[in-house]
Amino acid sequence: METVFKRSRTLTSVNTHYCPGCGHGIIHRLVAEVIDELGIREKTVAVAPVGCAVLLYNYFDLDAYEAAHGRAPAIATGCKRVHPELVVFTYQGDGDLAAIGTAEIVHAAARGERITTIFVNNAIYGMTGGQMAPTTLIGQKTTTTPNGRMSDKAGFPLRVCEMLATLEGAAYISRVSVSNSKNVIQAKRAIKKAFETQIKNLGFSLVEVLSQCPTNWRMTSVESTKWVDEKMAAYFPLGEFKSTKEE
Amino acid sequence: MIARKFMAGNEAIAEAAVQAGCRYYFGYPITPQNEIGEYMSWRLQEVGGTFLQAESEVAAIYMVFGAAGAGARVMTSSSSPGISLMQEGISYIAAAELPCVLVNMMRGGPGLGGIHPSQSDYFQATKGGGHGDYHLLVLAPSTGQEAANLTMLAFDLADKYRNPVMILGDGNIGQMMEPIEFKQSEKPPVAPKKDWAITGAISGKRKLIKTLYLDPVILEKRNLEINRKLREAVKNEVRFESYMTDDARIVIAAYGTVARIAKTAIKVLRAKGLKVGLLRPISLYPFPYQAFAQMTEKVRDFLVVEMSMGQMIEDVKLGICNKSRVHFYNRVGGMVPSYDEIIAEVEKTAKEAV
Repeated sequence: METVFKRSRTLTSVNTHYCPGCGHGIIHRLVAEVIDELGIREKTVAVAPVGCAVLLYNYFDLDAYEAAHGRAPAIATGCKRVHPELVVFTYQGDGDLAAIGTAEIVHAAARGERITTIFVNNAIYGMTGGQMAPTTLIGQKTTTTPNGRMSDKAGFPLRVCEMLATLEGAAYISRVSVSNSKNVIQAKRAIKKAFETQIKNLGFSLVEVLSQCPTNWRMTSVESTKWVDEKMAAYFPLGEFKSTKEE
Repeated sequence: MIARKFMAGNEAIAEAAVQAGCRYYFGYPITPQNEIGEYMSWRLQEVGGTFLQAESEVAAIYMVFGAAGAGARVMTSSSSPGISLMQEGISYIAAAELPCVLVNMMRGGPGLGGIHPSQSDYFQATKGGGHGDYHLLVLAPSTGQEAANLTMLAFDLADKYRNPVMILGDGNIGQMMEPIEFKQSEKPPVAPKKDWAITGAISGKRKLIKTLYLDPVILEKRNLEINRKLREAVKNEVRFESYMTDDARIVIAAYGTVARIAKTAIKVLRAKGLKVGLLRPISLYPFPYQAFAQMTEKVRDFLVVEMSMGQMIEDVKLGICNKSRVHFYNRVGGMVPSYDEIIAEVEKTAKEAV
C-alpha cells in the first residue's frame, strides 16, 4: 500500500501538549514540511520562546535554543553571526514578540539580521491562562480585561507586520492564518518564502500567523476559526507586506 | 616575542580578549568602559570576527548567550547600571552552562549614580546578581597589565568550567594608561572541543541549549551539578597576592584600584617603621577565605578598605571568623581613597591596637 501522508522528517514522534483546536500543531507541521522540502534539517536551528511553544524542541528534530521571554531574536543573532551557514529561526508568540521582546524583534529586523521569525498571533497569553496580549482586540474579554479591552485604559492592539515592513532591513514580511485549508496552504507558501529569503541572504524575514486559541477564548474549535476569519483578520489583514527579490 | 604597548586598561582587556581567541563581542555603550567596544569594533574586523552594537544590554547579553551556545569565544562589557540590566541573561547563561567573559567596570551607584570609580557591585558580582543559585567566577585586576592577563585567563576558566567569568574592575582600571606587555604566542589559543554546542544537527544527534526543567526532581539535580562544578572551582581557582605580610602586624585587605593605592601607603608606613602588609584577593569568587584564616595566627588587626559601604568586608569576616579584629575604611559614590587617608587609618588602627 502506498503511504500518502506521514510525519515530517523534521518532527519527532512526541505527542504535543497543545490543546485541542490550537493552531500551534498546524504551524509546527508547516514549518517542518518547509524544512523537509528545502532539505535543510541538518543545518537549521530553532530558537524557542517563552509561552505555549516553549517546549517546541521536543517536537522539532533540530538543534535548538530555549530563549528567555522575548529574547529569541537576540539569541538567534548571536548564533547566526557565529554560524552564517546555518538557517536560524525563532518561533514566538504575541506576548513574547510584541510585548516583552519588542525591542529585540524591531532591531533584529532593522539590522536585516539573516534570521526567520515565525510569529504566532492568537491575541492572548495562552500559557499563563488567558491574560491580555499586545494583540488582544478592542472589546475582547481576557482574564485581565474582564469587561473587554478598552482602548482608553489598555491602548490599542499592535500591528507587527505593518510596523516591521517600514524597516529597510526587513526583506520579507507576511501575515497568514491557519483558519481553513486554503489559508493553511497559503501559510505554508509564506513560510517557505521566508526561509528562502534567509537562505538567499536577502535580509530579515517574518511570517505572522493568526492562530486560534479555543481554550482561552472560551470557544469551540469551529467558533475559534470563525473568530480568526471575522474578527482577527479584520484588524490584522492577511497578505504580503514586503517581499524582496534577488538582485 | 613580547610586544609592549601603551594603552588604557579598557583597551588592554579588549586586546587580551582578541589574543585569547575571542572573535565575537556584543555590547551597548556606557561610561566608563566605552573603549572596550570601540577597540573591538575595528580590531575584530581585522581578525575576521564580529563586533555588534546591540540595542540594549538586555539584547547584548542574549547575543552572548547565542554565540556562546554556538561554541564561540565571546565577550561583553558594561558598567554597573548596564550590568544590572544583564542580570536576567547572566542567570540564563549560568543555568545553560555557557562559557563567556563579562567585564564590569564599576561606577558609583545606586541608580544612575555617577561615572567615577566604585566597588559597590561586589555583592552583585560575587553572590549571584540574577535569580537562582549560581555564581560567576570573578577576577579583580589591580593594574592594566593584570587586567590583560586575567582576561586571557578568564576565557580559559570559562571554557574549563562552562561558566560565565567576570572581570570586575572600576573606572580607574579601565581609564588609566600604562605600558602593557603581550606575549605573542606562536599558535593562536585553541578553545577546548565543545561537543555540546549548536552546529546544526549534522551528526544526527541534536543539541539543546535550555534552562527549563519543570520536574523538580530534575531541576534539583541540575542545581547540584552546577554546584559540584563550582565547588571544583573553589578548590582550584583561588587567587590572591600577599604583599609584605611576613612580618606584618596590621594587614590591609583590599582589591583592585584600592589595593594598588594601599601598596603606596604601605611603603610610606614601612618607612615610618610600621609593619603593615596587604592581602589582596585576585579571585573574588572563589574568595581566598583560607588565606585570611591562616593569617589570623599572626595578625591581630585587619583593615578592610573598599570603595563601597562595606561589601567585601563580609567575606573577610567569614575568613577571619572572629579570630582577629576587623576595621573598615571606605570612600563611596565615585570618591577614591588617597594613600594619605589609608596611612592615617592604619596609624589610628595601630594606636588603638597598642
